[in-house]
Amino acid sequence: MLRALLLTVSVVAIAHAELCKPDAQNAFKVRISIKTALGDNAYAWDDNEEYLFKAMVAFAMRRYSSKSTTQISNVLLCNVTDRVSFWFVVTDSSKNVTTVPGSEVEAAIRMNRNRINNAFLLSDKTLQFLKITSTLSPPVEPSTPVWLIVFGVVLCLIVAGILFLIVSGIQKHKKKNKDSTDRENLEEKVEVTLENGIPCEALDLKPGHINGVFAADDERFTSL
Amino acid sequence: LSAAPEMPKEDGRPKWDNKFQYILSCIGFAVGLGNVWRFPYLCQIHGGGAFLIPYFIALLFEGIPLLHLELALGQYLRRGSIGAWNTISPYLGGIGVGSWMVSVLVSLYYNTVLTWVMWYFINSFQEPLPWSVCPLNENRTGFNEECYESTAVNYFWYRKTLNITPDIAESGKLQWWLILCLAACWLIVYLCTIRGIETTGKAIYVTAIFPYLVLTIFLIQGLTLPGATEGLIYLFTPNLNTLKNPRVWLDAATQIFFSLSLAFGGLIAFASYNPTKNDCEKDAVTVAIVNSMTSLYASIPVFSVLGFKATTAYWDCLDRNIINIINEFDLPEESIMRQNYTSWISFLNSSYPEKIAGLKLKSCDLQEFLDQSVSGTGLAFIVFTQAIILMPGSQAWAILFFIMLFSLGLSSMFGNIEGVFTPLLELQIIPKSAPKELLSGIICLISFLIALSFTLGSGSYWIDIFDRYAGSVPLLVIAFFEVIGVVYVYKIKRFSKDVEWMTGRKLNLYWQIAWRVISPLLLLIVFMAFVTLQMLKPPSYTAWNPKYEGFPMKEEKVYPPWVQAICVLLAALPPVCVPLVALFHLVKQKRRSKDPSSVPPEIFSCQGANS
Repeated sequence: MLRALLLTVSVVAIAHAELCKPDAQNAFKVRISIKTALGDNAYAWDDNEEYLFKAMVAFAMRRYSSKSTTQISNVLLCNVTDRVSFWFVVTDSSKNVTTVPGSEVEAAIRMNRNRINNAFLLSDKTLQFLKITSTLSPPVEPSTPVWLIVFGVVLCLIVAGILFLIVSGIQKHKKKNKDSTDRENLEEKVEVTLENGIPCEALDLKPGHINGVFAADDERFTSL
Repeated sequence: LSAAPEMPKEDGRPKWDNKFQYILSCIGFAVGLGNVWRFPYLCQIHGGGAFLIPYFIALLFEGIPLLHLELALGQYLRRGSIGAWNTISPYLGGIGVGSWMVSVLVSLYYNTVLTWVMWYFINSFQEPLPWSVCPLNENRTGFNEECYESTAVNYFWYRKTLNITPDIAESGKLQWWLILCLAACWLIVYLCTIRGIETTGKAIYVTAIFPYLVLTIFLIQGLTLPGATEGLIYLFTPNLNTLKNPRVWLDAATQIFFSLSLAFGGLIAFASYNPTKNDCEKDAVTVAIVNSMTSLYASIPVFSVLGFKATTAYWDCLDRNIINIINEFDLPEESIMRQNYTSWISFLNSSYPEKIAGLKLKSCDLQEFLDQSVSGTGLAFIVFTQAIILMPGSQAWAILFFIMLFSLGLSSMFGNIEGVFTPLLELQIIPKSAPKELLSGIICLISFLIALSFTLGSGSYWIDIFDRYAGSVPLLVIAFFEVIGVVYVYKIKRFSKDVEWMTGRKLNLYWQIAWRVISPLLLLIVFMAFVTLQMLKPPSYTAWNPKYEGFPMKEEKVYPPWVQAICVLLAALPPVCVPLVALFHLVKQKRRSKDPSSVPPEIFSCQGANS
C-alpha cells in the first residue's frame, strides 16, 4: 500500500518535472520586480506568494473558460530564481499528464491581467509574463484639446488689447480735432475783437489812464 | 561744410518717454534667441572658456565701433535708415534700402520661430506634457512606429508641430494649428507696435526685463540639478588649442555681429527718436557689454540643464544595461547598482563572455552624452524639452521657459519692425492724415500673409534657408558699406565733429582707428572667409525622413537648383540695392545735366541735420 503510494507520488513528481521546465511546451516565464515597484514597502517572495500566484492563475482559467475544473494543484511552478523569475504551466486534470494549450492560458491571463496585478500590488511592467503582450491603455483625451482652450484665452486678451488701443487712439484723435477746432473758434472771436482795431482785452486789462492835466489841479475846484 | 544744427526744433517726431526706455529697447533688440541658443553652443564646440578670447576681441574691434556708428548716425540725422542714408548722399541711399529689405525678410521668418514657441507654450498646460509620451498605434498593441524609433520629443517636434515633409521640394499642406498660432503672434506684434515707439516703449519694460528673471530662476534651479556641475565644467574648461583654428575666430566675429543686430536699420531708427544732445558713446558701450554679459549669463543655466540631461541619459544607459544583465543571469534585484557596475561587468565578462556579448550592451560614456551639442531650434525644442520632462513640476518649467523665449524673440521683433516701419513712415507711403495704426496694421497683415508659406510642411527648411542666406551675408556687406560710407563719403572729420557736438567731449583715438581701419578690414576678412566657407561644399540640408535607412538620423540632401537660385537671390538682393540706387541717381544726374531746360542739377547734398 505504502509502496503503491510512493510509486504514484514519484510518477506524479516526475510527470510534473517533465511538464514544467524552462522552454517547455505551453509553459510561460514570469519575471517579478518587487523592489522596483514598491521600494521600501517590498515584501519577500516566499511559498505563500507562490500559493497566491497559483490561486490567481487558477482563478483566471476558471473565469475564462467558465467551467470550474481548474484547481490550484493544476498550476505548476518551477525554476524559481532569486531574480524573482519562474516558469509555470497549467495542467489539464481531465486528461492526465497534459497541459492546457498556451493560447488558452494566454487569453485567460490577458482577460484578468488587472486582477492579477492588483493582487500583488504590481503593474504590467513589474509583473511580466514574457510571452504575453499587454494591451496598452490609450491616454485620456479630453473632448476639446487643452491647447485650444489656452489659445482661445490668449487670443481674446490680445484682441481686447488691440481694440482698446485703437478705440483710445480714435478718441484721442477726435479730442485733438475738437481741441483744434475750439482753438480756431477762439482765435476767430479774438479776431473779431481785433477787427475794431483795438483789442478789447487790452482795453479791459489796462488800468485807466489818469489825465495828468485834470488830476494835478485838485485845488482849482472849490471844496464842497 | 560742417553745418552744426540749431537747437532741436519741435518737428513733431515721436520721442522716448525716458532714456531708460531707449536703452532697454536697444538691449532688447540685441538680446534675442541667439544669446540663449547659439552662444552656449559656440562656447561648447570651440574650446569652452577659450572661446571668450576671440569673442571679446571681436566685441572690442568690431561690435562696439559699429554699434556706436549706427547709434550716432541715427541720433544725429534723426531719420530712419533710408532717410538717413539719403541725407548723407542720395548715391548711398541704397544702403538704407538694403537694410530695410533685410529687416523685412528677417521679420517674416523670425515671427514664425515665435509661432513655434507659442505652440509649445500653449501645449505646456497639459498633464502629462504631450512631448513626453508616444501616442499608440492603430491597434493599440504598441507605440506609433515613427515615435518609437526616434524619441517622443523628436516625434512631437517633427510630426505634431511641423508635420515636416521628407524633402524641401514637397511642400505639403498648410498646418492649421500653426496658422492659428502665426495669426496670434502677428496680432501680438501689432498690439505692441501699433503706434511705433509709443507702444513698444511700454511693452519693452516687460519683454526686456522678464527674460532676466526667468534666466535667474532657471539658474538657481539648474544649479541644484544632479549633473549640473559636470555640464558647467565641460562648458568652461578652456581648451586653448582650438584658437589655432581660423574657424573659431570667424565664428566669434559673426556671432558678435549678428548678436548685436547690426545693419538692420532698427538701431538707427531707435536712435533717431533721441534728443540730439545725448551721449551715444556711453549708450553703445553699455548696450554691447550688456548683450555679451547676457550671453554669458544665459549659458550657465543652459549648460547646467544640459549637464543634467547628459547625466540622466548616462544613468538611463547604465540602468538599461543593468536590467538586461539581471534578467539574463537571474540575479536578485538591486544586486548590481550604478556604483559597482564596472566591477560586476569585468567579473561577468571574464566568467561568461559569450553571454555578455550576446546581450549587446551599449557602452555608456558620460563624455559622449556631454559631447552631443545642439544649437538653434534643436536646443530649445528637443534637448531642453526633454530635460524639462525630467524635472519635477515640468509644466511650470515648460511654461516659464517658453514665455522667456517668446519675450526674447518679441523684443527683437520690435527692432526688426521698427526698421521696417520708420523708413516707410518717413517716405510717407500713406497720407499724413491717416493714422499710424493703419500703416502698422498693413505691415503686419502683409507679413502674416507672406509668412503663411512657412506653415507648410516644408516650412522649416525654408526658414533655415532664410536664416542662413538672408540673415547673414547681406548684413556683412551692408555694414561694410555703412562704415565706408560714413568714414570716406561723409568724411570722418565731419562725423567726429558731429559726435563731439552730441556727446560734449572729444572723440577718443580708439574710435578713430577702429572706424577708419580696423572695422572695415575685419568686416572684409569676415565676409570673404564666410563666403569661401559657404562655397566650399554644395549647399545641403538635413531632412527628417522616416523612410530613410539610417532613421532616426537625419538624411543629408542637396538643394535642388531652383532652391539654390532662391538662396542666391536672398543673399544678393539686399546688397545689390547699394550699387543699383547709386546707378539710378547717376543716370538721373546725367540726364538732368544733358537737358539744359531743366532745374539746375542737384549738388552733392552735404546738409547736416535738416530733418
